[in-house]
Amino acid sequence: MKHSLALRAGSPVRAIAGVGAWFSDSFRALSDIGTWGPLLIGQMRRLGVDSLPIALFIALFTGIVLALLSSYIFTGTVPIYFVGALVGKSIMMELGPVLTALALAGRVGANIAAELGTMKVTEQVDALETLAYEPHAYLVVPRVLAGMLMFPFVTAIAVSLGVTAGWLTAINLLDLSTLEFVKGLRIFYKFKDIWFGLVKASSFGVAVTLMGCVMGLNTRGGAEGVGRNTTRAVVFGCAWILVLDAFWAMVLL
Amino acid sequence: MIEFQDVHKAFGPKRVLAGLSLTIPDGQTTVLIGFSGTGKSVALKHIVGLLVPDEGRVVVDGEVVSDLDRKGLAVLRGKIGYVFQFAALFDSMSVGDNIRLGLRRRGLAEEAIRERIAESLRVVDLAGAEERFPAELSGGMRKRVGLARAIALRPKYILYDEPTTGLDPVTSAIIDQLMVRTRQEYGVTGVVVTHDMRTAYTVGDRIAMLYQGGIRQVGTVDEIRATTDPVVRQFIEGRPDGLSAEAASVGGTA
Repeated sequence: MKHSLALRAGSPVRAIAGVGAWFSDSFRALSDIGTWGPLLIGQMRRLGVDSLPIALFIALFTGIVLALLSSYIFTGTVPIYFVGALVGKSIMMELGPVLTALALAGRVGANIAAELGTMKVTEQVDALETLAYEPHAYLVVPRVLAGMLMFPFVTAIAVSLGVTAGWLTAINLLDLSTLEFVKGLRIFYKFKDIWFGLVKASSFGVAVTLMGCVMGLNTRGGAEGVGRNTTRAVVFGCAWILVLDAFWAMVLL
Repeated sequence: MIEFQDVHKAFGPKRVLAGLSLTIPDGQTTVLIGFSGTGKSVALKHIVGLLVPDEGRVVVDGEVVSDLDRKGLAVLRGKIGYVFQFAALFDSMSVGDNIRLGLRRRGLAEEAIRERIAESLRVVDLAGAEERFPAELSGGMRKRVGLARAIALRPKYILYDEPTTGLDPVTSAIIDQLMVRTRQEYGVTGVVVTHDMRTAYTVGDRIAMLYQGGIRQVGTVDEIRATTDPVVRQFIEGRPDGLSAEAASVGGTA
């Protein structure tokens, strides 16, 4: 690979040029469908379907806690059916996408960075190039596209489970009927609540997978370098999720 | 033909190549020898475009490697097989799939690919190893799979990066024989980077010694064996007295 991110280069200009060249290579690699196309489904399964257990685990307990917390806040001040509104809105628009993405930043971001980092330091990336494959087309594009497509999928399922967990908590542990919960759920509902969460999730998927790829392919220094860049991938992935979360709130709300 | 024309390369403050000029003729095996850290592997990576010179040019079959666009580079790499120091096998793939990957890129039919894989493994004495994974193989077997992956592509050139480093003498001799056999059977032009003089004498038609970023001496095996150059003599005889590896790098003092 001619262009590597000059993250530690002395000159900021060189560093920016390196970043630009890296992303330009990735965009150009999008046209090489013959290379990344056959790999996409496998990556969607690995990054998305295989991440469902952790995402669902988090969603389940988020739904339970949110129902109990909102009941505690609303009791004696606000009609109790607002529990449904708070559970639905907050899980669909914020907690579902963000908590799922943060969990996947650890699982997916670390996985990608460690895999590509190991490939880099053991010259497997160079070997790929000598076999006339473009590493961005073979390694980066299928992972980033899989993240972009599968984070919303995982988020949608996690949101469904979170709301269901909130409903089950409300009817079993709180003095609330299904009708009241649904009334609360529908009272402030807008279709935008759903697509807002899914758009955010998709952007989080791009950020997390890109960070994994960037850090993985710029790994140097053997096992220590792999460990260092894997940590960086998770930290920067989480940071980007929070930055993008604020960005979408400002732009779309 | 491969030509290095006044090639300079530095990594940060460390200069590795400083005016390397060398011609590698077709149909022969040229061995690059030299102390550790003198840029032998760096030179090799310039041939296939994995590294770009800071100054100077590397020319392969009349084309300047650093001037090639993406497609041109892919065509060039189609003519070159590369055997990495530690084999660089894709560890998530079986041996067969490691070889298949490059063949698929060349658009071969699945039946032809299967035949090519079997034949390449037979050449390196690993017939039937298609389903095994790199983690199940010894170091010598991995290097043979790396060689099979390279020769399966029927390249015009094969670049060997320290093919016998880390192997026992018998396995090293087997790898040497395979390199000779590859040249005889396929007429491949070879470039071998090594500091194992037995390998150099066995597989080489010509030997070039890298020293302080350039070529110290180049000649036939007999010419190198009979050299009176004190630096080359010390290296080929493996004498500890005299120069250190540091002195052999760019900026070192003889």
